Formats: sequence, structure tokens, C-alpha cells
Amino acid sequence: MAESKQPDTQAPAEKEPKKEQGFMRVFLQELTSQSLLIPILAIFTGLVLGAIIIILTSEEVYAGFGKSFGAGLSASWNAVRTAYNALFTSAIGSPSRMIAALQGDDALEIRRTFNPILESLVASTPYIFAGLAVALGFRSGLFNIGVEGQLFIGAIFSAYVGYRFAGLPAFIHLPFALLAGMLGGALWGFIPGWLKAKTGGHEVINTIMMNYIAFRLSEWLLMGPMKRPDSFNPVSPTIADSAKLPSFFEPPIRFHAGFFLALFVAWLVYWFLFKTKWGFELRTVGANRHAARYAGMNITVVTVAAMSLSGALAGLAGANEVLGVNYNLALAFSAGYGFDAIALALLGKSHPLGVVLAALLFGTLRSGALGMQLTAGIPIDIISVLQAFILAFIAAPAIIRTIYRLRKPGTKEEDSLVLSGWGEG
Amino acid sequence: MAPVLELKNITKQFPGVLANDNISLTLEEGEIHALLGENGAGKTTLMNILYGLYQPTRGEIFVRGKKVEIHSPSDAIAAGIGMVHQHFMLIPVFTVTENVMLGAEETRGGGILDRAAAAQKIREISEKYGLAVQPEAYVKNLPVGVQQRVEIIKLLYRQADILIFDEPTAVLTPQEADELVKIMRSLVQQGKSIIFITHKLREVLEVANRITVIRRGRVVGATTPAEADQKKLAEMMVGRQVDLLLEKKTPKVGDPVLKVKDLVVLDHRDHILVDGISFQVHAGEVLGIAGVQGNGQTELVEAITGLNHPVKGTITLLGHNITHATPRQITKLGVGHVPEDRQRDGLVLSFPIHDNIVLNTYFKPPYSKGVVMQAERILAEAEELVKAFDIRTPSAKNSAGSLSGGNQQKVIVAREFSRPTKLLVASQPTRGLDVGSIEYIHARILQKRDEGCAVLLVSPELDEILQLSDRIAVMYRGKIIAIVDAAKTTKEELGLLMAGIAPKTEGKEVSHG
Ligand SMILES: Nc1ncnc2c1ncn2[C@@H]1O[C@H](COP(=O)(O)OP(=O)(O)OP(=O)(O)O)[C@@H](O)[C@H]1O
Ligand SMILES: [Mg+2]
Repeated sequence: MAESKQPDTQAPAEKEPKKEQGFMRVFLQELTSQSLLIPILAIFTGLVLGAIIIILTSEEVYAGFGKSFGAGLSASWNAVRTAYNALFTSAIGSPSRMIAALQGDDALEIRRTFNPILESLVASTPYIFAGLAVALGFRSGLFNIGVEGQLFIGAIFSAYVGYRFAGLPAFIHLPFALLAGMLGGALWGFIPGWLKAKTGGHEVINTIMMNYIAFRLSEWLLMGPMKRPDSFNPVSPTIADSAKLPSFFEPPIRFHAGFFLALFVAWLVYWFLFKTKWGFELRTVGANRHAARYAGMNITVVTVAAMSLSGALAGLAGANEVLGVNYNLALAFSAGYGFDAIALALLGKSHPLGVVLAALLFGTLRSGALGMQLTAGIPIDIISVLQAFILAFIAAPAIIRTIYRLRKPGTKEEDSLVLSGWGEG
Repeated sequence: MAPVLELKNITKQFPGVLANDNISLTLEEGEIHALLGENGAGKTTLMNILYGLYQPTRGEIFVRGKKVEIHSPSDAIAAGIGMVHQHFMLIPVFTVTENVMLGAEETRGGGILDRAAAAQKIREISEKYGLAVQPEAYVKNLPVGVQQRVEIIKLLYRQADILIFDEPTAVLTPQEADELVKIMRSLVQQGKSIIFITHKLREVLEVANRITVIRRGRVVGATTPAEADQKKLAEMMVGRQVDLLLEKKTPKVGDPVLKVKDLVVLDHRDHILVDGISFQVHAGEVLGIAGVQGNGQTELVEAITGLNHPVKGTITLLGHNITHATPRQITKLGVGHVPEDRQRDGLVLSFPIHDNIVLNTYFKPPYSKGVVMQAERILAEAEELVKAFDIRTPSAKNSAGSLSGGNQQKVIVAREFSRPTKLLVASQPTRGLDVGSIEYIHARILQKRDEGCAVLLVSPELDEILQLSDRIAVMYRGKIIAIVDAAKTTKEELGLLMAGIAPKTEGKEVSHG
């Protein structure tokens, strides 16, 4: 039996540092296992169904079919091609223009051609933080629906620190503002975590309630105490330059350090979950509460800590938007990042690396959708429909397995991860 | 006439494991065919293939001479094949009728559930085979043995005539097991055919018509109860001589390690389950707790290991009062615990074996330095234990859930036995293990005792209790009704005590120190 080693143990490149190797090995393992195959097929199927909807809602297609079958088909093809072409170029950019710009000397042209892809990264950044928040919750068996609210509180905290403490040197002010955001989110996660641990109140209900409180609280603050004095709009004062996340290019390019911070935090979450004893406790509680108790783990502490950490990550998403993109706090500044993050964490199988990939996809789709609307006239909502399809296929892998005639994997464990939060009180 | 069921050259390859290697098997109408084999031999895998849960890598299945393709349990049921799983698939808050109907609903007038008709049918089935199940009862209120009969009714209701029982007696008390044996007999008398998997050789010899032995995925022999005895079966399974009786040195009894005084434990509904128990376990002895399951043994163990707190009484471990201590504190004082329900408490099935090996020691050096877990150290340790305890797996990186039932138990035993302990609490440590592994684990328990560890052994198996214990405490309805000297007692006496028939003279009580 010993001779049949698994492919993943056959030493990858030896020069690589140990940690990297662990990370890459997990990645490769995921890539070859069905757990990654299904998301990829789900995305593909989603795009196909999206194409069908684009066809069904296009005037030209109906006009084409009115003339002849062939004209209809070519109009359908055109509609889909224009739409996805626009989606691609406004999300990633035009490769030919990028190459041409790089060969020339025009710095402005280079920036302009690379802006779409940078914009996609900007849009992905809050998704990474928020997705990590949900994923960390899932790993501990908790369904954190409150990421959106935690994100708002985080944004409020860091915006306040951002404009109130103007005058601090940047190397203090920025970390301070980020920490404040984490603290705000952590607080908003701590409360439902504590309620769950002490009273058994279900975190799904309590986090939803906390969301409403957060929304109304931010409205009240922006109408009153935090409102910019010289403005009629519910908007906070602009934060000081010292609290801004550094950006690397001149406006209008918004790409900023938040993206790298997000990647670093994703690595940190990976390290925490899979390399530390705290992460081990968190995952054990999430996978089997009874075994965790038997093993002497303190489920109360782990539950409260997991919700607080999840909240802190959500808070970072809010802080990132305030300190890196908007430079102030406005009403409804988050277009549902916290809710999309649930889908995204599922898509990423609650693994930090999966979350980063899923966040890049969501961010790219979101930033591309805008361009698609402008150039191809396809309503931005098609992206929501597309995301919904992808999500439905992830949630019901049986559909994908049937379509592509995949075999069921041998063990049934992997799919049970998410559900464990629901069963027990 | 063609056999009811024929498996031809079934092969199943898992990554790194050849679970079934060219297995052929026939089942005649009206026979009980026992499948015997070591832990991890491939019995469950073979049955899962037959029931459509796995697809074979190669091989064919014939039912009454006709080739069938089984891709899912519903295909299996359509072919008349039904399976009773070791872990029941019942919904506790539903009645028996509702559970049985689920997925095969009886309706009238376009979609309205016809419970009465279903209940009537269940009653008929129950009478025909002597199952004694009330259709109106809620499943959550039924004892394990009756729940299992509900599973059997589910199959009969769907007109299965090939029944697969995978270790059905592992979860039953010896009394319930005897009843199941009767039921199986009445099933075959009425024309059903049964494949029966068990590790209990006595049961095999009692009910089987034919016996097939599997080792490492291959059929290694076939026999009948008339030609074989326990010793021969054990040898066929393991491939070597097995000592069914261990030699036991005289105990070197030391000071008391565990003292339990006037202990009272309630369940979550405030019923008294442990009712004023007192006893001591000394270093270097095995105290066996005998009793029909459900007489408070589970709750007693939970109280001692910190999983449940008593309402009255004290528990002292080596001078420390641990009545209200946490499981972590108790583990740190040197207590090992093999829990009764391995999949619920003892393992995280989705985790790799190496993580399960350090499940309750992960936080200590050398497994953790600061907050960082030492993955390589843990893996090396786990690989060693996999070898030492003969856990059948290609690598300690595989998930615990991919192990066979008996090998899962070995992971727990390896974890709890391999660290230094002052007290070992073992609840049914050999449940689901093959004879070879039982022999090994029994030897390890005695080795622990000879090293001066105090052992509290809880088991409904009288043979196990008698073989290992120095003293035996019999629990009945939450009380210890007698503590007897294992060398002087008999099975018959213990049987009477377990039924609540107290000894006439109180002079039976023995205790050290
Ligand atoms: N889903 C799976 N993935 C990988 N390996 C598996 C899987 N299921 C079973 N195996 C392996 O196949 C072998 C046979 O397992 P199986 O469960 O059939 O044994 P068994 O004879 O039922 O043993 P036991 O008596 O302990 O229940 C074992 O080595 C086991 O680790
Ligand atoms: Mg088995």
C-alpha cells in the first residue's frame, strides 16, 4: 500500500520557502480535486445561462428572427459577443491597447489602458475582506449574516478617527484608523457571538437584527453628529490625508494599498486557521462541537472569539472603502458587499485562497458590468442574475454533477461544512 | 435455480487503497450469509457498492440471474435490495409511520397522505416478522434496538427481499442482539435473504448458513458453522493464531486514584440517572462497570470526565477535587478517555487522522510551540501510531471519515493509550473491532494496568468485563447494586445482578484498602 503515494506529496520545487509550499500545495490539491472543478463549471454554466438571457432580452434578436432564422441567429451571436466583449474590456482592459501602450512612452496612455484592471482590483478589495469574514464564520460553524452591518460600523469608526484626529503623523493615524474599523466590526460581531454562547440565541437572527441597528445608526449619525457642517447631504467630513491608504497613481486611478493589505490579511487568516492552535480550535468547534467539548476546548470562548474576529474582518472591509476609496462616509456606501460575501465565501469553499479568487471574480464582474451597460446597453442587473446562477449551482452541486456527468466524490464530508451551523442550537 | 444475488469480480479502488479486489459472492434464497473480515477488509465498501452508494471500478451484479446496474440507493431498492446502516437514518421528531412513509408516501385523493393505510401496513409487517413496533410511537422515544427495527420495517415496506445488515449488533445490548437474531431467523423463514456483517464470532456461528471471510479486499475462504469454531474463524480472518483468552498477571494494587462519593447526575430533563454512587478505583487495577446499557453508565462516565456536572456528591482524582472541573483540567491531570460514541465525541471525521491524534493534546509542546502548531512533528507522531496500532490507511493525512469503522476506533485508542495517564476511562473500547484488534487492545489495557494506571472499563459485553476486570461493579437503574471479585464471580451471577436481582448476602462486596 505504501507505494501508492498521493500526487501532492511528490515534492514540489524545493527552493521555495516552507510556508509557500504549504500554501501552494493546498492550492494544487484544491485545483485537482472536485471542490474546485465544480465552482469553475458553475461559473461557466452561469455565463452560458447569462448569454441566453441576454439573447432573450435583446430587441435586435427579436427583430432578426422576424426577418429570417439566420438573421436571428447572427443577431443573437452579436448580442452575446458585444455584451461579453464589453464586460471583458471594461473589467480587464483591451490587451492589444495595453501592449501598444507599453511599447510607447506615453505614461498617461499606460495608466489609462491599465485602469480597467486596476479598477477591478479596487472593486475586489472589499470583497476579499468581507468574504474572509464570512469564511471564518463558516469555519467555526457560524452563519454570520451580519457582515454588512459590521462593515458599516467599521466604516463609521474609521471615518471618525480619520477626520477627528487630523494632525497625527500618517504612520500612526492610518493604523489607528484601520484598527478603529476592526474594533467597530469586532464589537458588532461580539454581541451576537456573546448572545449565541450565553443564551443560545441563533446568530442568523441576531446578526440580521444587528444589521438593521447598524444601518439606522449610520443614518442617524450622518444626519446629525457626524454630518459635514457645510453640506446638506448626509455625508461625513473628509478624512485627513494622513489616514488615507496610500495610492500609487494620480487620480482618477483609484488603485490603492488596500488591495495588498487584503492579500496580506488573507494570508494571515490562512495562517491563523491552519497553522495555529487557535485556528485548530475554531475549526474543530465548527466541524464537530461534541468532539471539541470532549477535547477540552472552550466552546463559549471560541464562539465569541470567532464572531468577533469575523466582525473585525468585516470592519476592515468598511475601513478599506472609507480610507482607500471614498475618503468619507456616505449613506449606503456599501452596495451589499456583506451579502455578496456570503455567496463568495461559499464559492471559495471557505478557504482564504478560494475567497481571494472568488472576490477577484466578483470584483471583476462588478466593475465590468458598469462598462457593459455603457457600451453594450445591457442592464447592470444581468451581473446579479449571473452571480445568482453561479451561486445556485455552487449550492446545489448535484445539478452541475448531472450536467457534466461528474462522479460523486467518495467522502461526503466537504459539503457538510456550511450546514453545521444550522443544526444545533 | 439462479441465486437471489450474485456479485461477480467486484473491484473497488480508492485513492491509495484497493478496498475490494475481485470479490465474488452468491446469496441463495432464504439464507443468512455472514461476511467476516478484519477492520478495513472491505466489507462495508462491498455493501455500499451493492446499495448504490459507490460505483465499482470493475465487476457485475446479478439479481435472480439478471444483470443489474445500481447507480443509487433507489436503483438498489427497485432491485429489491435494502440496507440497514450502522448509523440510523431516522427523523427523531417523526412517528414510526411518518419515518417509514418518507420517500414512499402512501397517498389518496391526489396528494393527501394516507397515514392510516400506511400504519395498517406497518402493523401487518410488524406482526408477520415479530418486530413488535408501534406505528404511532415517536422515534425519539424508542430505544436503539427498536429504532433499528423501524429501519428494518422501512425496507420491508419497500418490498426489499435482499437485506443487508452492516454490524447491526454493534450498537445493541446483548439482550437486544439476541432479539435481532430471532428476527433475522423469522425473516429468512418467510423467504427473505440476508447478508450479515459482524465481528462477533458467536453470532456468526449461531445464525449463519454460510460464512465468507475477506482479508485485505480479497475473499480468503468460505466455510459453514458446522465446519468451523470461533478459533478457526478468527484465524481465517487474521491469518495467524489468535489468543481468545489472555493471560493476566496478578494485579499490583496501589493507592486509590479515583474516588467517587455519593454521586448524583441528572439528564437534561432532570431525571436522576446516577443515583448516589460511591466507589474507588486503585492504581494497578481494572474496575469493570457491568450493566445493561442505559442504566446510568454513560452519565457516570460523563461526570468523571467533566462532560456533565453532577448535582450532588464529589469526585476526587489523586487528591484533586474534580467534581466541577472542565474536561481540559481533567485531561491535564492525566486522564485518558475512550468515549462511547466515537463519531460524535471522539473524532472529527472531516479532519485528517493526524489532527485527530492530537485532538486533546494539540496545545502542548511538542505539538504546539507558542500558538503555532508543529505540523511535521504531529504528522511524524501520527504515522508512528498508525503503524503501532495497525490502523489500515495509506497515510495519516487521510481523513478519519475515510477509515473503516473499526479503524476509526483504533485512532481514538491510539490517542488515549499512547500518552502517560494515571486513570484510563474506557467506554466500550473494542466496539466494532475485529478479533485481532480486540486481542491487541485488551493486551494494551492490561499493560496500562500493570504499569500502575487505574482503569475504569465500561462495557455491556460480559466476556470483555470478565476477561479484563479485577473487580466488577454492576449498575442497575443508576445504582451500583454490587461490587464483586472478578475471579470469583460467574456470568450467571452477573446476569442476575444486571437484571436487578440483588445478592442475598451483602458479604459479596469486596474492596481494596
Ligand atoms: N471513501 C473512502 N475513501 C478512501 N478510502 C476509503 C473510503 N471508504 C473506505 N476506504 C478504505 O477502504 C478500506 C475498506 O474499508 P471498509 O469500510 O469497507 O472496511 P470494513 O471491512 O467495513 O471494516 P470495519 O470492520 O472496520 O467496518 C479501508 O482501508 C478504508 O480506509
Ligand atoms: Mg464497516
